[in-house]
Amino acid sequence: MEINKKKEKDVLIVSVSGRIDAVTAPDFEKNLMESIGAGEKTFLLAMDHLEYISSAGLRSILAIAKVLKTKEGKLVFAGLQGPVKDVFKISGFGSIFTIFDTEAEALKQL
Amino acid sequence: MDTSTGIVVPAQLVYLQKMLDFVTSFTKKAGFDLKRIREIELCVEEVLVNIFNYAYPATTGDVALVFQPGPEDTLEIRIQDTGIPFNILSVNDPDINAGIDERQIGGLGIFFVRQLMDRVEYRRDHDRNILSLFVKMPPQRELSGG
Repeated sequence: MEINKKKEKDVLIVSVSGRIDAVTAPDFEKNLMESIGAGEKTFLLAMDHLEYISSAGLRSILAIAKVLKTKEGKLVFAGLQGPVKDVFKISGFGSIFTIFDTEAEALKQL
Repeated sequence: MDTSTGIVVPAQLVYLQKMLDFVTSFTKKAGFDLKRIREIELCVEEVLVNIFNYAYPATTGDVALVFQPGPEDTLEIRIQDTGIPFNILSVNDPDINAGIDERQIGGLGIFFVRQLMDRVEYRRDHDRNILSLFVKMPPQRELSGG
């Protein structure tokens, strides 16, 4: 798993690639929690190059979303591919979160 | 796939990648497409992580993963441990319509297994938990040369 962050206006774009599984999910969660701790409130998770996510990864996303909600922050997603898209669909995450096809489209709406 | 093939590791998270690599390489050779390989990998991860976390609360132990031909042109993926008796099929499905606040953390992994595998069976045999995941073999299976 690799995480890259860049700031576009008030939006923190977090590009995550590779795999979020039971081994890497804690690092992913810690990384984003640090950004929340640093005061970031609007997150765009760009998942174009994320190949795989398991329930451990979804658990981390939910934990992050819950914390952000208490801070009146925002978390949206873009670029979900193949298996990641399917996992979001099956888990119902596709309907509890806002998901855009592309990063550009998400930025337009944020 | 005339005989079974398998791997045994200590039931610890550090061995997850090794197990999943084994799953990927086996299913690739068996001719599954990438989508199905990822789904199988996901389900095996969910079962293994559950075993790593809960099977051996007071001791340490192993977990075995075995591939073997199943009935009616299926592949059986058997996952065994000698931990405390636990039938993952007894776990209730999560409420996938719940919002962020109400959404519960647990149960999703097992839900994936139920949704994505063609059939799942659990049995307790003496001191072993035996979970079998059955997946239909890919349609145009070819024998690998060499």
